[in-house]
Amino acid sequence: MATVVLADALARLFPGAPREQQVDAADVAAVLDLLDARWPGMRDRVADSTPRIRRHLDVFVDGRKAGLETPVAAHSEVLILTAMSGG
Amino acid sequence: MSRLLLLLGTKKGAFLLESDEARRDWALRGPFCETWPLNHVVADPATGTIWGAGGNEWFGPAVWKSTDLGRSWTHSSRGLAYPEGEEPVKTAWSLAVADGALYAGVQPAGLFRSTDSGESWEHVRGLRDHPSRPDWQPGGAGLILHGILPHPEDRAQMWVAISSVGVFHTADGGRSWAPRNRGIRCDYNPEDQRYPEYGQCVHGLTMAAGRSGRLYQQNHCGMYRSDDGGRSWQSIEQGLPSSFGFPVAAHPHDPDTLFLLPLNGDSLGRFMPDAKAAVWRTRDGGRSWQALRNGLPQEGCYFGVLRQALAVDGMAGTGVYFGTSSGELYGSADEGESWRCLARHLPPILSVETLRVPG
Repeated sequence: MATVVLADALARLFPGAPREQQVDAADVAAVLDLLDARWPGMRDRVADSTPRIRRHLDVFVDGRKAGLETPVAAHSEVLILTAMSGG
Repeated sequence: MSRLLLLLGTKKGAFLLESDEARRDWALRGPFCETWPLNHVVADPATGTIWGAGGNEWFGPAVWKSTDLGRSWTHSSRGLAYPEGEEPVKTAWSLAVADGALYAGVQPAGLFRSTDSGESWEHVRGLRDHPSRPDWQPGGAGLILHGILPHPEDRAQMWVAISSVGVFHTADGGRSWAPRNRGIRCDYNPEDQRYPEYGQCVHGLTMAAGRSGRLYQQNHCGMYRSDDGGRSWQSIEQGLPSSFGFPVAAHPHDPDTLFLLPLNGDSLGRFMPDAKAAVWRTRDGGRSWQALRNGLPQEGCYFGVLRQALAVDGMAGTGVYFGTSSGELYGSADEGESWRCLARHLPPILSVETLRVPG
């Protein structure tokens, strides 16, 4: 199982969602599908309808910046982080 | 006895101000919605449900919802999206409750409908199918659908306001749309092209009380009245300090009474004329205007008031409220004759609406 770590600001949008979760998924898109099944709406918060990762979010798989099609291995660490943004 | 809530959308979340019928003392709650920018916060007076339309730079567009007068909130954007490959929806800009449905206007301009109280959305495709769409140009805030005006009796009719495209009307529940901009000036076009079919920059759109054919509009280029549902418009800007402003609010009972907040000009800073705050009111459908200043600051007012940040209530002695780009909320409990500052030091205020609830 891969480990997914959510940005605090993302987890706060889904009361009860833990910062760290285990998923069994082949790529980042499948990770988001699983998260969306557990926490309806979470995929929309991370990816837009293009579809691609939202511009001010970063997803890292095992330390490398990733896109929706990036493979996820059985023991990967997937970080979903907010990029610096605001005003 | 009833209570009145003022619903504020701000750059940093939703806020609620609450008072009783006297509207003297106000209690502030917020910020709500994880401090997301909320362009428009509205309520259904029949149920008390509150929704907030917005978007966050990190997490995209969503409509927030509270069924307990702001104590708890949820959010959803299910279906609030264009097909894959099209420019995604960036933020939700406007909301309207009509005949059991909730409508949302978004950026880039489009209209969505929810029939389950904002839990999910369907695209009202007919508007973006209009043949003029390739020509739609964004205004200063982007290509936004910022105004939704349902017909109060005919559920098939609706007007929408898009910057800088103009007013469009549907008579068949959103399947087809037609521009309704005849008589609206476009000062930035060549002289012989200043009255196009579309391409005008509507800023605010409202309907007169009890007269569904009478509309009022604040445009980038002038103030207007229509007495035929927007088929034709007449300028009502004579007597006002400028032709530029954003919000417009119709009196809840008198179709001839209207409130505007003209700013000094689109290229002059877009703040209060002469840096003195005033709401302008007509009692005769725009033939003459009075400046309402009593209680408003009369020096150093370098703030603006945006398109959704002026509202009226339905209480005895009609209340009028406006929120500023500098985070102050001003209110009047006597149709604008006198004013007080009800809240200050808030984030920039983007919208003001009212909700009357049983005591």
